[in-house]
Amino acid sequence: MKEIVCKLLVIGAGPGGYICAIRAGQLGVDTVIVEAVKAGGTCLNIGCIPSKALIHAAEEFEKLNHMAGAKSPLGISVEAPKLDLAKTIAWKDGIVGRLNSGVLGLLRKARVKIVHGRAKFRDGKTVEVETETGMQVIRAETIVIATGSEPVELPFLPFGGPVISSTEALSLKTVPQKLVVVGGGYIGLELGTAFAKLGSKVTVVEATSQILPQYDAELVKPVAKRLTDLGIRVLTGAKAKGLSGNTLLIETAEGAEEQLAADKILVTVGRKPRTEGWGLDELDLDRAGKFLRIDDRCRTSMRGIHAIGDITGEPMLAHRAMAQGEMVAEIVAGKKRSWDKRCIPAVCFTDPEIVTAGLSPDEARAQGYEVRVGLFPFNANGRAMTMLSEEGFVRIVARADSNLVLGIQAVGSGVSELSSAFALAIEMGARLQDIAATIHAHPTRSEGFQEAALKALGHALHI
Amino acid sequence: MGEFIIKMPDVGEGVAEAELVEWHCKVGDPVREDMVLAAVMTDKATVEIPSPVTGTVLWLGAEIGDTVAVKAPLVRIQVAGEDGEADAVPMAETVTAAFSSPQRAEGARRADDGETSPSLGQPSPSSGPAGHLLPAGEKGRRTAPDMLSKPLASPAVRLRAQDGGIDLRQVTGTGPAGRITHDDLDQFLARGAQPQPAPAGLARKTAVEEIKVTGLRRRISEKMVLATSRIPHITYVEEIDVTDLEDLRATMNAGRKPDQTKLTILPFLMRAMVKTIDEQPVVNATFDDDAGIISRHAAVHIGIATQTPAGLTVPVVRHAEARGIWDCAAEVVRLAEAARTGSALREELSGSTITITSLGAMGGIVTTPIINHPEVAIVGVNKIMTRPVWDGNQFIPRKMMNLSSSFDHRVVDGWDAATFVQRIKALLETPALIFIES
Repeated sequence: MKEIVCKLLVIGAGPGGYICAIRAGQLGVDTVIVEAVKAGGTCLNIGCIPSKALIHAAEEFEKLNHMAGAKSPLGISVEAPKLDLAKTIAWKDGIVGRLNSGVLGLLRKARVKIVHGRAKFRDGKTVEVETETGMQVIRAETIVIATGSEPVELPFLPFGGPVISSTEALSLKTVPQKLVVVGGGYIGLELGTAFAKLGSKVTVVEATSQILPQYDAELVKPVAKRLTDLGIRVLTGAKAKGLSGNTLLIETAEGAEEQLAADKILVTVGRKPRTEGWGLDELDLDRAGKFLRIDDRCRTSMRGIHAIGDITGEPMLAHRAMAQGEMVAEIVAGKKRSWDKRCIPAVCFTDPEIVTAGLSPDEARAQGYEVRVGLFPFNANGRAMTMLSEEGFVRIVARADSNLVLGIQAVGSGVSELSSAFALAIEMGARLQDIAATIHAHPTRSEGFQEAALKALGHALHI
Repeated sequence: MGEFIIKMPDVGEGVAEAELVEWHCKVGDPVREDMVLAAVMTDKATVEIPSPVTGTVLWLGAEIGDTVAVKAPLVRIQVAGEDGEADAVPMAETVTAAFSSPQRAEGARRADDGETSPSLGQPSPSSGPAGHLLPAGEKGRRTAPDMLSKPLASPAVRLRAQDGGIDLRQVTGTGPAGRITHDDLDQFLARGAQPQPAPAGLARKTAVEEIKVTGLRRRISEKMVLATSRIPHITYVEEIDVTDLEDLRATMNAGRKPDQTKLTILPFLMRAMVKTIDEQPVVNATFDDDAGIISRHAAVHIGIATQTPAGLTVPVVRHAEARGIWDCAAEVVRLAEAARTGSALREELSGSTITITSLGAMGGIVTTPIINHPEVAIVGVNKIMTRPVWDGNQFIPRKMMNLSSSFDHRVVDGWDAATFVQRIKALLETPALIFIES
């Protein structure tokens, strides 16, 4: 097969890789992208998008179930709803398919050449791709590694049989009666909650003393409460020990052994960078822990080789990868760019949702700031009341000396959409007064943002 | 018998490829362990590649001058052994040892300064409260961003700064909470992007700018090294009373025709040199020291060392022996202009037989000119200054100028050098002699 020679080669068409390729194409850079599975990567195919589809379906189903119980204060009652999960999954697959072809279309529009197959480095400038029609050699001036991450497997709970990863959980044809989730991080809780709403009896096994260990207790509390309300059993400080048939052996926080019968055991103990299978050993790139070490221009230790996305470290988030991809494309096109972001917002699609941007109060104090914190609860927000979901709050952290906003967090129904306002405030270098003096539309949950700023300034109006 | 493949080693410093500059073996050669097989050159250093095995060279993967990617096969060696194919071992370790260690150490030292060390674009996974290892929970998705190190400015301001190559840490923000506004950036740009004095007094600067030596600068560098390493220079300085010459020059300039170029000292010097070379042909020569042949030239092609924005170039006034004084003056001006604008032709920049170097008003008292290899003489013009000169009875003010001339002492003896300069002195001090037909 004829060798391809190009200016830029992107390995992996996940959110980081495809954005990098599209932007490079827009800038007139001769670009090739290689994808081994499907365009869109984990996020679009087996991550963010399909999980959100399942979560939405579960929410709708749960609402109807609630109404069917004739307990809804809205005065609505319905017959008990029925679920055809196979149909739900087919609907989800339809969305994924649309987005797949959308990404491919965008790549073509940007004149990016797409090569399907698994890439492997031959040397620092050359990659071999096993395509359906044979070995394709690609030689490039600059190569971007965007190979992403994959679920971590527990040695004593290998994937297979009843033990599944998030990938399989998003394609189940029937709702498991008993589901045990090992790992109480955001992926485990998002999916565990969804299956509980769809009818599973769910138990969450978390090794540390708190679910969602990366968030502070104040933010997690409404989520923990809702888990209990949904009948999910949460075992913190508990360790999975092994599998015996369809029964998971655990050691509880008290040190007692317990057997948890399960139809499916969902292992969500984190994700690891995909550093194998593409010839990293050939290159000997420097590492930062298990990730590739990069600098503020996403350059690896070898000239002409960049890395973006999950392979480069935490936080492993699609939008971080996208921003890196865009930056690298512009660097390749000759623009002066370096990583100058102040925050990477993160959303946890639990019930209720959690959104964070910038520093939490504890993190800000740990960095040596004297801070003032304003918190506004949604039970004092009109819109939250009318939506029957008053749990949660908006919390804002600012420097005590200048009122410069350092971080914003919220937990509550639908707060994921507030993430843009939070991130914008931090990137723009807003002070508390900027947010307090901005008219926020009434009645919306976003008023909670303004009120939290007012609270931090000492003159909240509605509490 | 097995085969051992030596790959282009990772020569460090983030280099993805290196140029092959030397082969020390050819196909069929027997090689011993640790024998140097090849040399490769990166931007910074030449690295020798030793053989890790004993055997016979089967195949060479590149020709001299080829650029080879790191980890690409370089040499195949047949080795005695049972293994059909010994694993291709990249020889990073061997080479690291051979690699000039001072540079490495320097690199490491610079990294310690913190300025050039690659900082992570994001907080490292181990930072932040969520970063500790969680045995059965997901690793922290959110780590604390480091906000202290980043200047406060909106994304649009930051983008403008990046496009303009401005380090926002140098810009003082006047906005709320010290935010850098578009106006702050405008003012900073208007001031020519000069770093503002640090408000807290003197500050240490740790930045190191690395400039790659390429193009003209590289050629200058190579020529200077060639000239100084091969030519034993003798430099001879003499002072010349140019009072009469300056009077003549002023008179001639006052009466020049509109199409005539204003005369400087240079055309007089050129004509004087032409006249002197007639009697002293030893200095108007080129010396091919490899072949051991001196070429004495009948033509006098005078190189004029000229400063251009890119660096030093030497345009050549060809056949100065056939040019009158006005013609010499015009040609010098034309060539200097062409050299400065980069429009000089290749032949206008080569072929000189002797060179003049002059820094004009910056000429100083004495210079030690470096000969334009393979020439054998260069004449340096120093600044004209009015100095008191003892005429036997009293000090009188005279316009004095030094000539600092270097000669290739292999082919020009001190006597000849002195004779050459003394003759020029005589001509310039009594400038009418320049114009007398011989």
